[in-house]
Amino acid sequence: MRTRALSLKTWERRWGYLFIAPWVIGFLALYLMPMIASLGFSFTNFNPATPEKTVWVGLENWSRAIFADKEALASVVKILSFIPICLGMSFISAFVLAIVLNSKMLLGKSLYRTLFYLPTMIPLVASAIMWYGALNAQTGWIDQLLATATGLPLTGQNGIRWVDSPSLIYVTYSMISLWGVGNTFVIFLAGLQGVPTELYEAAEIDGAGWWRRLFRITLPMVTPVLFFNLIIGVIGLLQYFTVPYVMNNGTGYPNDLTNFVMVYFYRQSFAYFNMGYGAVLAWLIFILGLIFTAILFGTQKRWVYYAGEKR
Amino acid sequence: MKTGKKSRSGARRGVFTLAITVALLVFVLPLIYGIVMSLKSETQMTASTHQLLPQSPATVKYQGKDLELYDVTIDGATRTLAALDKTRAKTTFVDPSNLSAPPIEWAGNWRTLKQVTKLDPHWDNYPTAWSTIAFPVLLKNTFVYAIINTFGVLLSSSFVAYGFSRFNFPGRGPIFVVVMTTMILPTAVTLIPTYTVFQALGWVGTWLPLIVPAFFANAYNIFLLRQFFMSIPMEMDDAARIDGANPLQILYRVILPQAVPALVAAGLFNFFYCWNDYFSPIVYLAGKSGLYPITVGLGLFQGQYSTHVTLVQAAAVMSCIVPLIIFFFTQRFFMQGVVVTGVEK
Repeated sequence: MRTRALSLKTWERRWGYLFIAPWVIGFLALYLMPMIASLGFSFTNFNPATPEKTVWVGLENWSRAIFADKEALASVVKILSFIPICLGMSFISAFVLAIVLNSKMLLGKSLYRTLFYLPTMIPLVASAIMWYGALNAQTGWIDQLLATATGLPLTGQNGIRWVDSPSLIYVTYSMISLWGVGNTFVIFLAGLQGVPTELYEAAEIDGAGWWRRLFRITLPMVTPVLFFNLIIGVIGLLQYFTVPYVMNNGTGYPNDLTNFVMVYFYRQSFAYFNMGYGAVLAWLIFILGLIFTAILFGTQKRWVYYAGEKR
Repeated sequence: MKTGKKSRSGARRGVFTLAITVALLVFVLPLIYGIVMSLKSETQMTASTHQLLPQSPATVKYQGKDLELYDVTIDGATRTLAALDKTRAKTTFVDPSNLSAPPIEWAGNWRTLKQVTKLDPHWDNYPTAWSTIAFPVLLKNTFVYAIINTFGVLLSSSFVAYGFSRFNFPGRGPIFVVVMTTMILPTAVTLIPTYTVFQALGWVGTWLPLIVPAFFANAYNIFLLRQFFMSIPMEMDDAARIDGANPLQILYRVILPQAVPALVAAGLFNFFYCWNDYFSPIVYLAGKSGLYPITVGLGLFQGQYSTHVTLVQAAAVMSCIVPLIIFFFTQRFFMQGVVVTGVEK
């Protein structure tokens, strides 16, 4: 009997490891070893065009990125300025959309959910192209709509130059990102539906108004969802690449403001083939993500509410 | 009293829904713009006067010539007339409803008149864009990439998810935490060594770097499938085991048939991820235009044909059609999958 129990344990262990083997092999070959190797590369001047000239350069690449190369540091600052604008706009829109699409006031809720989700399915390259046209100050519809709605002369010469104006460019790119808001609002929607209705009923009996219920019940109850999506959102945006690359071919237009760190990483690694230096930029992206994740995890006790958990 | 209240709230709901409809139209405005632009003619795009819709000058046949129509105000009445002879000082018109009547002379510059246009969608932009961009090749490449990649991801991820959800082995908890941690790893941090290895293997410039990694599972799909597998009662496994099935047979005969909704959701996510992927193809397929997926082809097209707005917009619209159709038929699975990965962590 004892040997039978033991062999069951061994049996489970063997099958378990067998089944997770694809991931383990992939993790070692595609994540762990490349990550370590990437750190190693960052101490060399490796260029795949001239691999025989590769030498160890110590911290040269690192000091270049952090102290000497203004473009590198600037590209980090640019993405760090863009992320709050983009995520702020996305999360607020997603939250408002989720409330609207969950509202009893809306007729045909499921149809509207589908329709608001629809732009999320459009390939990013295609949405960049459509937005680029629609934002054109001469023939684009956005300026014409604003002109019609406000009565102000906002077309042609006086048009809002969404893609050319340095002060607007991050807002413009964030607007394009709003087309990807579908997943976030669906997740918020599920979060809203997960809020026990007794809470609202109790609050209503206590005389709490709509806004009070929103800030005291709805918002705290969706913080766990927000927490996870904030991490995924920041990690994704640190690698923001497709839209700037399609809109201006990675030139950083206007005023180099869209020369984000991933765009710069791509240029250094795959246009100039400075892969040693590129590895430093890649590690900078990784370190930024790590710092951000650590901050969020460190502060989660203060603002993330987990139902059924002692506070 | 009660019905009055009901109809009032019904009216409020109607107004609210209408407001949301307007918001929706603004939200998808660039898509409508793209579709409308894709139907305009190139001459209309370059014309100095801006017209909202795909329009062209309305004409009427008169003595073998096509005459353009204008709105002309004569003696206080506005009539639609066909311009026979246009000069700066005066214009001669004929009445399109009565072509045999004598021509009418009008003193004034014809350029100040409002031209009559008719709706004229240029559907032929689509076949032109289709052949200019070599769309069939791009479409085939995208499909091959997305389908093989998705097959690999589903195969490997269902294996791994099954391992995590059904077998107790030492280190299961911590290993699963590591799986989840890979979600926050940026692609860039592993890219350079991976690229170098693929180059040494001679894989750069082929689809292999885009496809082979898919066979080693990924965190999102492992998580999604594991969540689903855990909701399938263990009794079903036990029953199959008593019948002498081994774990592999249980996976294929018991678990996977039960998990179709989760497999569909995971498969769709991955399919659309590949359909949308731009970065990996430009890194690994640089210069191999015969292997490009739609995204890369479209990006290049936008760069090279930026003056041919109508064709670029037509190509952009074409690239959306497959994802939108698939989405319409599968949205229920799809949204459930979003919820599982996004909410339950």
